[in-house]
Amino acid sequence: MPRARACPCAANPDGAMSELETLESEILAAIAAASNEAELEEVRVAALGKKGSVSEQLKTLGKLSPEERREMGPAINGLKARVGEALGARREVLQEAALNARLEAERVDVTLPLRAAPSETGRIHPVSQVIDELTAIFADMGFSIAEGPDVETDHLNFTALNFPEDHPARDMHDTFFLHPKEDGERMLLRTHTSPVQIRTMMSQKPPIRVITPGRTYRCDSDQTHTPMFHQVEGLVIDKGSHIGHLKWILEEFCKAFFEVDEIKMRFRPSFFPFTEPSMEVDIGCDRSGNEVKIGEGDDWLEILGCGMVHPNVIRNCGLDPDEYQGFAWGMGIDRIAMLKYGMPDLRAFFDADVRWIDHYGFRPLDLPTLFGGLSR
Amino acid sequence: MKFTLSWLKDHLETDAGLDEIVETLTRIGLEVEDVVNPADKLKSFTIARVVEAKQHPNADRLKVLSVDAGDGGELLQIVCGAPNARTGLVGVLARPGDYVPGIDVTLSVGKIRDVESFGMMCSERELELSDEHSGIIDLGENAPVGASFAAYAGIDDPVIEIGLTPNRPDCAGVAGIARDLAAAGLGKFKENRPQPIAGEGDCPVKVNLDFGDTPSLCPAFGLRLVRGIKNGPSPEWMQKRLIAIGLRPINALVDITNYITFDRGRPLHVFDAAKVKGDLTVRRGRAGEELLALDGKTYRFDDTMCVIADENGLESIGGIMGGEVSGCTAETTDVLIESALWDETNIARTGRALGINTDARYRFERGVDPQFCLPGLELATQMVMDLCGGTPSKTTFSGAIPDTDRVIDFPFAEVKRLSGLSLSDAEIKGVLGRLGFWVAGSGDTVKVSPPSWRPDVHGKADLVEEVVRIVGLDKVVSTPLPRQSTVSDRVLTIAQTRRSQARRTLAVRGMKEAVTWSFISRQQAEAFGGGGRDLELANPISADMSDMRPSLVPGLAAAAQRNADRGYPDVALFEVGQVFANDTPKGQSMVAAGVRRGTAAFTGSDRHWAGNAAPVGVFDAKADAEAALAAAGAPVDKLMVFAEAPDWLHPGRSGELRLGPKTVLARFGELHPRVMRDLDIDGPVAVFEVFLDAIPVPKGKGGRSKGAFNASDLMPVRRDFAFVVDEAVTADKLIKAARGADKALIVDVTLFDVYRGKGIEEGRKSLAIDVTLQPRDKTLTDEDIDAVAAKIRAAVEKATGGTLRG
Repeated sequence: MPRARACPCAANPDGAMSELETLESEILAAIAAASNEAELEEVRVAALGKKGSVSEQLKTLGKLSPEERREMGPAINGLKARVGEALGARREVLQEAALNARLEAERVDVTLPLRAAPSETGRIHPVSQVIDELTAIFADMGFSIAEGPDVETDHLNFTALNFPEDHPARDMHDTFFLHPKEDGERMLLRTHTSPVQIRTMMSQKPPIRVITPGRTYRCDSDQTHTPMFHQVEGLVIDKGSHIGHLKWILEEFCKAFFEVDEIKMRFRPSFFPFTEPSMEVDIGCDRSGNEVKIGEGDDWLEILGCGMVHPNVIRNCGLDPDEYQGFAWGMGIDRIAMLKYGMPDLRAFFDADVRWIDHYGFRPLDLPTLFGGLSR
Repeated sequence: MKFTLSWLKDHLETDAGLDEIVETLTRIGLEVEDVVNPADKLKSFTIARVVEAKQHPNADRLKVLSVDAGDGGELLQIVCGAPNARTGLVGVLARPGDYVPGIDVTLSVGKIRDVESFGMMCSERELELSDEHSGIIDLGENAPVGASFAAYAGIDDPVIEIGLTPNRPDCAGVAGIARDLAAAGLGKFKENRPQPIAGEGDCPVKVNLDFGDTPSLCPAFGLRLVRGIKNGPSPEWMQKRLIAIGLRPINALVDITNYITFDRGRPLHVFDAAKVKGDLTVRRGRAGEELLALDGKTYRFDDTMCVIADENGLESIGGIMGGEVSGCTAETTDVLIESALWDETNIARTGRALGINTDARYRFERGVDPQFCLPGLELATQMVMDLCGGTPSKTTFSGAIPDTDRVIDFPFAEVKRLSGLSLSDAEIKGVLGRLGFWVAGSGDTVKVSPPSWRPDVHGKADLVEEVVRIVGLDKVVSTPLPRQSTVSDRVLTIAQTRRSQARRTLAVRGMKEAVTWSFISRQQAEAFGGGGRDLELANPISADMSDMRPSLVPGLAAAAQRNADRGYPDVALFEVGQVFANDTPKGQSMVAAGVRRGTAAFTGSDRHWAGNAAPVGVFDAKADAEAALAAAGAPVDKLMVFAEAPDWLHPGRSGELRLGPKTVLARFGELHPRVMRDLDIDGPVAVFEVFLDAIPVPKGKGGRSKGAFNASDLMPVRRDFAFVVDEAVTADKLIKAARGADKALIVDVTLFDVYRGKGIEEGRKSLAIDVTLQPRDKTLTDEDIDAVAAKIRAAVEKATGGTLRG
């Protein structure tokens, strides 16, 4: 560390100059040797502080003759400026090094895994998602959603729908019954969502366009039947809708739902008590692989039943079947979900196995829309 | 309904091939479910001759055969156990690689007791031709060795199975199917009308229909005796057809009734006349009466059922099944043939009550052709005479064939109105005529009378269906449904929107949506406030699915436990679904509920380098409930928290969110340990329920304006306060008191610390709050702030009895 010394230059200018040079080289060496800003500050104080070696030199100028001052003045001031510069430069280097050291010290392993965001781990059940898909498609065609209770009367589930008492068609439904009441009335679990059609026709004036998704029940259980399942039906009642319109709606629906440009469809005459004429609908598919592929191949797959609403049903709802007409269709939500998303076993829908839900469920914000695409 | 192609051609003159027939059947509503050609599975089986049969060296019952397959190759060595295997027998050979359907085995070269066997000689059962298995098939010496067995045996007759809808009893007979196909242009229907048989002498057995004032239970009953018959096996052609459609040949008389049942859809019954004593009375059953029926089971009757009785007692269940005692056997020499009509509904009820499903019941409950009652009897008589000989009596006939004639006024325009299909009047008339409908009149509206075999056709729409199905639904042109002129109302009701919002919000909170059964066990239902008899199923599919659920929690908690049992203990599940308070529509309401189990917190579960997840608890459930409520549009800032909950929740770790003192919008908490024990659930389990339908609907439509945005330019000021209060004082009370101290200035109160211990006496706690003041007009002076602080202190002390902590 250089020390301030009494200046000898008054006596010996030449000697003074060489002393300045020595001082400068000492200071510059000290600056270069400073390993951090604190040390550098010490060097600065020792050189440029009030009693610093360079400041002391400056103080000597007043005692010199004008000639000497003319010579020594610039020399000392030059020394001061160079020392200042050197200090500044060194400070920058040291600051940079300190910052780098800090950054290095703050380094973390960015590959450490995060907890998954809740919005990524949550799932929507395929049944809910498919109902939202159906809603998006039919809303665009001017339909709204109608609902009704699961526990229904025999009248709304069967009689109003033109099921004769004790007709074999009732047997086909494997109905769950509640215990008979005191007055003998026996409530049941609806075997289809058709009672909602009756409720809608009784409470709304035509034109009617609704779809009726919901839970339905039949006492049946195997790989493709569960005692509880989901159905969606559609109902159109007005003064002119006919089978041609029904075909169009179902074709448009199938294309939109299965997200294919073309789909082969086959309408077969069939029988339901509540429609006349009645039809079942098959869609073209390919079953050659492990999964059924919709929209290609030469096989047929039955997906829904439909027909013109039976005049008796229209009449049962207080409308004149010669004035009003319309059609209805119904299909299994679980079934079309299985077809679209390749789910083999219906029973798994109701088991709440989180591995299954993770695999077949949908991300929370993947809300199906027509403008954004039904599914991703 | 099954039939074979050759059988169909008895009634249909057609050039159409199998494919075209199958396709047409489906197109006109007789959906083909299956087509099987028994010859297909027997393709590889050939006729072979046993050149030599020697005793097996190591087994008494086996023989070693040398078989000539007729292909010019070497003789095959075959080990055979059939007693009738002998030198010179010509039979049916299956070789290694052939699939033998009757034993469900694909043959390979085998070694039986040290002797190699290169195939087998087959029995009828092994080829699924019959149940015969007493020996191998013996075709007789003249059968062509080397030829295809199926072709030689004439079993190349495809069996077609259609799924018959309940409205088409006419197609429960092959003739009816042929008529439909002919109407669809596939050939010519052969009428094959049975010829009346005069008969000799009166039928000695009289029939008394004894139904009092309900004669419709059995409107008509024809009976005829055929004497001196010889009953034995029915002819091979008949047996083949019956076997092909899955019936077991019994004897000629029984086979004839079965054959006509399927040929014409006309069920019949035959009694062994020797076993019938006196006349027949057709009547209602009497309580306690029993009959051993042909299926070997004994049935008990009541007065809703129709029976046929003689002097010995009951002999038959009317229209469903005959009795064992008076049934026909190989020894029968005199036979009584019955052809009757029964009430459809009563047959259905009786069949269901007795649990009997027969081909006769199937047809009678759907409705047989009343006009074919007597022709059916003539046909049966003719076949009995043809196959068994004998002399028929005259028919004794009781009751009357009901008049089913009805006339429908049918405007041709109805076809276009309902189907959109443009057809000429002549086309429509043509189709109806070919189906046997009687069409009269001219002009735009005609009179149409359906044939007696079509009980399903009653109105105009039914006629449209007939026309459209025969012309073809594929002819109907797809037509865009016109848009309605107005913008449609909201697609989803408010309730539906709420469910959707709650659902997506809970999923965003990391929960997985489950769909669980609407029915749960009685024990679960009772534990969660349900289990009333009005919501118990009379016919549950199993005991653990017997009661309509009063809550979603038991199903979800059980589901979480199932996952834990599979090795996934930390699960968060939710469901948005219906619960049931009673059996009325109003008793059903929608709930969003969820469970978190183990450490499945909102922020993640299980261990993690950044901090392990704690076991779930009441506050996880509370957070879920509040989030779901907010998403569903509940006025969350107006809700009050009550530390009260039903007894299935932990009494000290549960609560309810209410709007006012009574309207419960949600409940949350940890499951009660006793309930968990009873339901076999271990924990921790935190649950919530949000009662979506209880959330009030916003009144009126109002505007959608949110008002002007008015933010102060002045800095907010924050001050902390700590109060020492009794343990019983709830945080909610303190916060509400502080908030209410100056409604204009105080915009937020946050509770940031709860402290018990040193410096605080036992039974008390310190609650620290951070109060934010938002000045509106001017910067607050120290005096202003002190004034507010004094108000806060006074309000909190008044509300809680607490003191400011020194």
